[in-house]
Amino acid sequence: MVRPTDELAAHSIVSFLESQGTKSTLRFITCGSVDDGKSTLIGRLLFESKAIFDDQLASIEADSRQYGTQGEKIDLALLVDGLQAEREQGITIDVAYRFFATNKRRFMVADTPGHEQYTRNMATGASTADVAVILIDARKGVLTQTRRHSRIVSMMGIRDIVLAINKMDLIGFNQTEFDKIVADFRAFVSDFEFSTVTAIPLSGLDGDNVLHRSARMPWYDGPSLMDFLDTVQVSDDAVGRPFRLPIQWVNRPNLDFRGFCGRIASGRVQPGDVITVLPSGAQSRVKSVLSGFSDAEAAVAGDSVTLTLDDEVDISRGDVIVANAYRPEVADQFEARLLWMNEHPMAPGRQYFLKLGTREVSATITEIKYREDVNTGARLAAKTLDLNAIATVNLSTSAPLVFDTYRDDKGLGCFILIDKLTCKTVGAGMIQFALRRARNIHWQELEISKELRAELKYQIPKCIWFTGLSGSGKSTIANLLEKRLYAQGKHTYLLDGDNIRHGLNRDLGFIEADRVENIRRVAEVAKLMVDAGLIVLVSFISPYRNERQMARELFGPDEFVEVFVDTPIEECEKRDVKGLYAKARTGQLKNFTGIDSPYEAPAKPEIHLKTIGCSVNECVEDIAHKLGVEPLSSPLVMYR
Amino acid sequence: MHMNSLEAEAIEIIREAFSMARNPVMMYSIGKDSSVMLHLARKAFYPAPPPFPLLHIDTGWKFQAMYAHRARMVEEAQVKLITYTNPDGAAQNVGPFSHGSNYHTDIMKTQALKQALDFHKFDVVFGGARRDEEESRAKERIFSFRSEGHRWDPKAQRPELWNLYNTHMRANETIRVFPISNWTELDIWQYIYKEDIPIVPLYLADLRPVVRRGGQWIMIDDNRFPFQPGEQVENRKVRFRTLGCWPLTAAVESEADTLEAVIAETFNARSSERQGRLIDSDTPGSMEKKKQEGYF
Repeated sequence: MVRPTDELAAHSIVSFLESQGTKSTLRFITCGSVDDGKSTLIGRLLFESKAIFDDQLASIEADSRQYGTQGEKIDLALLVDGLQAEREQGITIDVAYRFFATNKRRFMVADTPGHEQYTRNMATGASTADVAVILIDARKGVLTQTRRHSRIVSMMGIRDIVLAINKMDLIGFNQTEFDKIVADFRAFVSDFEFSTVTAIPLSGLDGDNVLHRSARMPWYDGPSLMDFLDTVQVSDDAVGRPFRLPIQWVNRPNLDFRGFCGRIASGRVQPGDVITVLPSGAQSRVKSVLSGFSDAEAAVAGDSVTLTLDDEVDISRGDVIVANAYRPEVADQFEARLLWMNEHPMAPGRQYFLKLGTREVSATITEIKYREDVNTGARLAAKTLDLNAIATVNLSTSAPLVFDTYRDDKGLGCFILIDKLTCKTVGAGMIQFALRRARNIHWQELEISKELRAELKYQIPKCIWFTGLSGSGKSTIANLLEKRLYAQGKHTYLLDGDNIRHGLNRDLGFIEADRVENIRRVAEVAKLMVDAGLIVLVSFISPYRNERQMARELFGPDEFVEVFVDTPIEECEKRDVKGLYAKARTGQLKNFTGIDSPYEAPAKPEIHLKTIGCSVNECVEDIAHKLGVEPLSSPLVMYR
Repeated sequence: MHMNSLEAEAIEIIREAFSMARNPVMMYSIGKDSSVMLHLARKAFYPAPPPFPLLHIDTGWKFQAMYAHRARMVEEAQVKLITYTNPDGAAQNVGPFSHGSNYHTDIMKTQALKQALDFHKFDVVFGGARRDEEESRAKERIFSFRSEGHRWDPKAQRPELWNLYNTHMRANETIRVFPISNWTELDIWQYIYKEDIPIVPLYLADLRPVVRRGGQWIMIDDNRFPFQPGEQVENRKVRFRTLGCWPLTAAVESEADTLEAVIAETFNARSSERQGRLIDSDTPGSMEKKKQEGYF
């Protein structure tokens, strides 16, 4: 390994800069269990490659006395564990990116955390890595976290693996132990589709087999870690695959220029190429390829470009320009492998934002096919996914996506899921294939429309959605409102939470995933009824803002009326008509809204009913007024 | 290869953040990293000029040469410039000599930045921070979220996979976007050289009036330097490795008066570039603390 300065002395500055700029970059991660010595190993690589400046070293020396775990020696791990909490606890929490170079390559290393709770940070590092260095403590062998990380590394499509058996100094550089761990690991990863697994015995602390072959392990005849990283050929064939350009932005500075900006995900492009725009299917020919301030003869995967086309084609952000001859698939239902990355469990049926390429749509997980056991890979049944779970799922999206399978092309094969309320990134997915049902089932156009059905009934169909705590008065109010509408000749139907749970939804419980499905089904039923021309009253606790939003999005702009029946929990509990609060308080009833399950009040309901000091009749009149129902000429009397 | 992919990645990040932003802005400190950032922004949107303004937090203590360079670049790039100075700090005449470096930096930089972002309601703020600068930066995401009050919570960063940046924000959240996160100091110099990007002449060595204080050379840029007994102005050939407020930015003695020589010298040097800055070496983790409180 050389310092830049050694090369600098040997060359003129101009040739030095040229040689630096044309080096290739290798991105790799280090991963493995806690205390396997990942940070120390990287610290050693940085130290030996002279990537550490004197003042940084001096500050690490001072810090070593305060936080170090190596007695009088410099604790090289402190070069990477940069957060205060990490130093205080002596662990790695988040992925750290570090840079160093040899005279062959530039390296960007992501040091990833070993603790299970920070697995999402490990996945962050793995998603952009070419090579993974999986560390194992020679004294401990293959651990659960080694298996978890190997599984994620494989899932992320990293094909070249270094198995770094660390702390060999602590087992007396014993070859038999080394061979045993390697055999264990190879057996475990036999079906992981790794192209190469290179096992290296080393000591990050002392530097054995890190830069140079160690004299203390004469039985080992493979490369040192650095030799391996310097020479490994990564089979990155992004340039060789068909052309894909996800459009980020359309540049229209004046009437004469219309450029389509993006970073080429795969393949190459040059003026004259015939292209197709997806999902629209429009075709054109490439007029010019703008790279920075000038036209380029061609551009390849990894380049950020601006294309102009021969024809006026309608293209916007989220579309993909592709090679005419080799098109990706377009579908709205998929099977994918998913890593769940949030403390809040994944709920099938809930809507998330899905981002793939530059396209963002709404998506729901329609089915968890199975969760994978981290240790064995066994397929387990699951109703929800907890933090760090890996599963194979079916997804359905609100609009068709242009994609390749992750195996064929990482660029358009991966996606993230974003929670609509917290805006956190909660899932990372890799598409396996499109579901055939989406491709083959087409929407049947019906000739009698919602409008025609409604006209026959002399009414405007609506969905009036009552939400509120148990005992807040939803059903009582909805019931009276329905009578009121009926009396005026309106065609209505009341969907009541308790009643629906006796039939359509009797298979559902009260955990979050079931609550989400509960709302999804009733919202779909309400939609059909509105389509039939009815005024539908829905009386469901519907505690989550997310699902009420999902319901709202099923309807037209003025069709959905959210009524927040706002009764304080103390009052609901005092009424406790069904004795449920008492049971919940004593723990007999689990997952009860307002007690041990959250209620997310609507931010902007169409109608906000504060029921305290307001009679049921007044509440109903209030709603009727706001709905524009004509006032009654005489008190409400029901005729049979 | 290497340089091309860093540039392409930075342009992708700038376009992606811009596409989703309501009210974006690019921090502009006039230094070499800012110069690279502005150049990248020009490339990302060419032939249109950068579609967002630059924001310069002016402490009132920048080098004269920096103000001159700023005027030149704004003209050349056809970009809108917003400058902001903390009005309370200005009214109280806060400065590094009278109030100390920590107080000055807090009031005139950190607080001023927060005020400026709040005042203009910027939601996406481009910054030129790099992961190789300092340990806590090495941990930061490219799209880095700030909660209300611009606080950074290093333990609750969003996972950031592939090139799929999550640009969603809740009310009162903002995003700092760092397009050159993966660049090193060498990359910056190399890019400036390759692209012939204009930089402030203070980066090149020249004879300049300096005073020795606290073991470092401080350049006398105007008449506000409070001389202590025994302190004398000397003319020395010096240059700057970073640029900030002149009283807080030490010069180094150097013969490197061409860009090539500066680069050669930079990579023979054995101390990191932030050493010339007097603010981040007080206590371990001091940069992380400043960042949690809203320092860029």
